[in-house]
Amino acid sequence: MISKALVNEFKNLLGAENVMDSEADRHSYSYDSAVLDAVIPELVLRPTNSEQLGKCVRLCNENKLPITVRGSGTNLSGGTIPTKENGVVLLTNGLNKILEINEQDLYAVVQPGVVTAKFATEVASRGLFYPPDPGSQAVSTLGGNVAENAGGLRGLKYGVTKDYVMGVDFFDVNGNLIKSGGKTVKGVTGLNLQQLMCASEGTLGVFESLTFKLVPPPAASKAMLAQFDDLEKASETVAQIISNHIIPCTLEFLDNATINYVEDFTKAGMPVDAAAILLIEVDGHSGQVEEDAEKVVNICNKVGATSVTMAKNAEEKNKLWEARRAALPALARARPTTVLEDATVPRSNIPAMVKAINDIGKKYDLQIGTFGHAGDGNLHPTIMTDRRDHAEFERVEKAVDEIFDVALSLDGTLSGEHGIGIAKSKWMEKEVGKNTLMYCRKMKKAVDPNYILNPGKIIG
Amino acid sequence: MADVHELAKMLEELDDQMVTCMKCGMCQAVCPVFTETMKEGDVTRGKIALLENLAHEMIKDPKGVQDKLNMCLLCGSCAANCPSGVKVMDIFIKGRAIVNGYMGLPATKKAILRGMLTRPGLFNNLVDVASKFQGLFVSKADDLIGTSCSKLMSPIIGDRHFMPLAKKSLHSMVKSMDTPAGKSGLRVAFFPGCLLDKMYPRIADATFKVLKHHGVGVFMPEKQACCGIPSLASGDLDSYHKLVAINLKAFEGGSYDYFITACASCTSTIKELWEMMGDDYPADVKAKIKDIADKTMDVNQFVVDVLGYKAPEEAPTGGQKVTYHDPCHLKKSLGVAAQPRELLKSNPAYEFVEMNEADKCCGMGGTFNLNHYDMSKTIGQHKRDNIVASGAQVVTAGCPACMHQITDMLSQNHDKIAIKHPIEIYAETL
Repeated sequence: MISKALVNEFKNLLGAENVMDSEADRHSYSYDSAVLDAVIPELVLRPTNSEQLGKCVRLCNENKLPITVRGSGTNLSGGTIPTKENGVVLLTNGLNKILEINEQDLYAVVQPGVVTAKFATEVASRGLFYPPDPGSQAVSTLGGNVAENAGGLRGLKYGVTKDYVMGVDFFDVNGNLIKSGGKTVKGVTGLNLQQLMCASEGTLGVFESLTFKLVPPPAASKAMLAQFDDLEKASETVAQIISNHIIPCTLEFLDNATINYVEDFTKAGMPVDAAAILLIEVDGHSGQVEEDAEKVVNICNKVGATSVTMAKNAEEKNKLWEARRAALPALARARPTTVLEDATVPRSNIPAMVKAINDIGKKYDLQIGTFGHAGDGNLHPTIMTDRRDHAEFERVEKAVDEIFDVALSLDGTLSGEHGIGIAKSKWMEKEVGKNTLMYCRKMKKAVDPNYILNPGKIIG
Repeated sequence: MADVHELAKMLEELDDQMVTCMKCGMCQAVCPVFTETMKEGDVTRGKIALLENLAHEMIKDPKGVQDKLNMCLLCGSCAANCPSGVKVMDIFIKGRAIVNGYMGLPATKKAILRGMLTRPGLFNNLVDVASKFQGLFVSKADDLIGTSCSKLMSPIIGDRHFMPLAKKSLHSMVKSMDTPAGKSGLRVAFFPGCLLDKMYPRIADATFKVLKHHGVGVFMPEKQACCGIPSLASGDLDSYHKLVAINLKAFEGGSYDYFITACASCTSTIKELWEMMGDDYPADVKAKIKDIADKTMDVNQFVVDVLGYKAPEEAPTGGQKVTYHDPCHLKKSLGVAAQPRELLKSNPAYEFVEMNEADKCCGMGGTFNLNHYDMSKTIGQHKRDNIVASGAQVVTAGCPACMHQITDMLSQNHDKIAIKHPIEIYAETL
C-alpha cells in the first residue's frame, strides 16, 4: 500500500487530476499490447513538465516504489506492464511537445510523449523526413520508440530508431538530469549514454527530452509486387537485389498462409497459390529510381518470379500495398487471440526460418501466418489462437519456445523490434550468455540500487 | 439488489466479442474523447479491459466502470479504425444495458426516457405546449441560424445555444402521408425521427419535395416513435423494446421498396442496432425487423444510388461556399460519404469546399451531450474551428443531431454561418 500522505504529496506536485488511484483508472493501466497477464498498478502519475517528472522519479526512489514509464502502451513484450507490488505507472502523454525542429542543422528536440506519426507529419511539413515507421506509429510515442529501439518497414535502407537518436537527456533515480549526446553530427564527449538508452526499456533512466536526426526526403519512389511459387526463389531474389547494390526502402514478404488469410478478409483477388509474395519499393532521385526499378523487375524475372507487377501511379501503388496493409488485420480477425512474434534471422536464412515455423505450426496443430521485413530478416510469425482454450494456449507457448530455438540456431535473435520486456526475458541467457547478462545486471545495480526502474524487464 | 456476481455473469455473455480486442491501442489515434482527456479508461481498449475485468470479478466497484462506459460518444470511430474488427458498438451498447440496468437509471433520465419517449402521444403534447411558451422565455441570440439562448433556462441547460423547437412540429402539420408511386415506380416509407419532427420539419419538407420531383410515393404512418438510440445509449432496454414495438406496429401492413430517414442516427439504429438487439424476439418480429433493416437507407444515398442523381461533371463555382460534416453514423457506420457531397454539387448557387477532418466527430453523441456537456463542447469547438477555417458560409450535415451540436458551437462563437441538411441544398434546385 502506498500511504495516503505520499499520494497527497503527489497530488500537490502534479495536481489531483494527474494522480489516478481509483480502481477503474488503475485497472486501465494494467496491460499493454502483449498477450500476457495484467498487473494492476497502485498509482498512476501524469507529470506535465520536466520538473515534475524529475521529482516524481526522486519521490518514487525515496519510497522504493517501482516505476514503469508508459507512453501509449503499445508494447508487444510486456515492457509497460507494471510491477506487482506497489507498482507506479508514470505516463508521458502529458509531456508531448515538439520543442524544436531545426531545418538548418537537421535535428529535432522533443519531449518523450510526442506521438511518432504526429512528429513525422510535422517534420514532413517542413520538407524533411523522419524515417522510422513502427507499425503502431499512429499512436506510439517517441519515448517508447527509443526505449524499445523500434523498427518498422524502412529498416533495411534507413535504419531503425537508434540510427536517428543524437541525444537523450534523462533523469537518474535521484531525479538528477543526465545529459548525453546533443545537436552536433559528430561528438565523442564521454560515454555514449544516448545509445545505451536505446532499447533499455525504462530500466536505466527516465527520458526527459530526445534529440533526433532528420534527413531530406526522397524525391521519387516506385513499388513492385512479385509472386513466387517457391520460397527459395523469393529469398534468392532478395539476395540478388542486394548483391546488385540496390537497397530498396521496403522489401516486405508474405507467406502462403498469410496471402490466403488476406484473401479471405479482402476478397481482393490475391494469388492464393503463390508460395510467397514480395512487395518491393525503391526510392531516391527519379532517374535512379527508374533505373533501380527496372533492375529489380529483371532480377525478379531472372530468378523465376511467376509474375511481377510495377505500379504506374500513386493509385496503383496504393493497390499493391493493400496486401501488406491487410496482413495483420486479416490474421487478427481469424481467431480471438493474436500472438505476434518478431524472431529475426540473417536474411539468407529466411527460407529455413519460414519452413521451420510451418513445421512447428503443424507439429503443435496451430494456425500460423508469417509476414515481415524480408530485407532485414525480421519476420512476424503470427499465431492465431484463443487464449481461453488452455490446452491450445499451452501448445502456443511451446511453439513460441521452439521458434526462438530455431531462430537462435540460424544465427538469429529473439527480437528484431518488439523488445524483450517480460515476455522474452527467460530466453535472454540462451542468446547472450551468462556473462553478458551478469554484466548488464551489475550495471543496472550501480545506477539503480533500489531496483525501481521497470524491474523485472529484459535482464530480470 | 443484484450482487456483483450476478452482474459478472451477465457480462460473461459479452466475452466472445471482447476477447477479439488484441489491445493494440490503435483506437487512441481516433477517439475524440481520448484526444481531450488522454486517459486510457476513456478509450475503447481501456473500456473493454474494464468490462472484462468486471466480468471476471476482478473489479469490485461497477460504478467506476459505468462512469467510464458512459464517457463515450458511440461515434464508432474506433470500430471503423480497428485492425481486428472488434464489434465495439455491440459491446458498448450491450455493456451499458447490463451495467446501467444493474446500477439503475438516474431519476431524471428515467422520467424523460420511460415517461416521454415511450408514450409518443404524451411527448408530442408536452412539446406542443412548450413550443407555444417558447417565445416568452427565449430571446433570439443569432437570427441567421435561428438559435436562442435562454437566460431563464440556463441553470438547467447550461449555456447551450439550442435550436428553438419548431413553431409547428411536423406531425401537427402533416399527420400522415400515403401517396402512390409516380414515374420512378418506387414507394418509400418515411421515418422522420424526433429531431426532424420537433426541430427540423423543414428537412422533412425538403425530402417530400425531392421525392415528389422524382415521382416517388411516400408512406408515412401516424404514431411513430423514437428510433430508440437514446434509450439504448442510456442502457434502458425496457424503453427501447417498447419503442421498437410501437414503430413496428406503425409501419405494419405498409407496402414500400425502401425505408428512408434523413437522420444518420435513426438510419444506423434501424439498419444495424434493431437486428443486433433483437436476439430474443420471436421469429415473426425478427422477420419484420429484418425486412425494415434491409430496406432502410439514408435519404442522400437513396437519391444518388437508387434514383441515380448525378451532379454536373464540373462542380459549380462562384456561389456561396458550402462545406460538409460527415456524421459518424453515416460515414463510419454505413459508409455513406460520397452521396451527400454529390447533392451539394447539384446547386449552382453553392460552391463546395472540404473542411479539414470532415469525418471527425462533432461531439454530440446524443445523450453524451446532456451528461458530459463540457467535454461535448470541447470536442465541438474543434469542429467549429475546422468549419470556420474552410471559409464556408453554409455548413451541412446529413444528421439533425450533428446539426444541433454545430448550431450550438457556431452560435456560441458568434459565427455567421448557416446550417443545412444536404437534401435541402438539392431541394432548393427543384
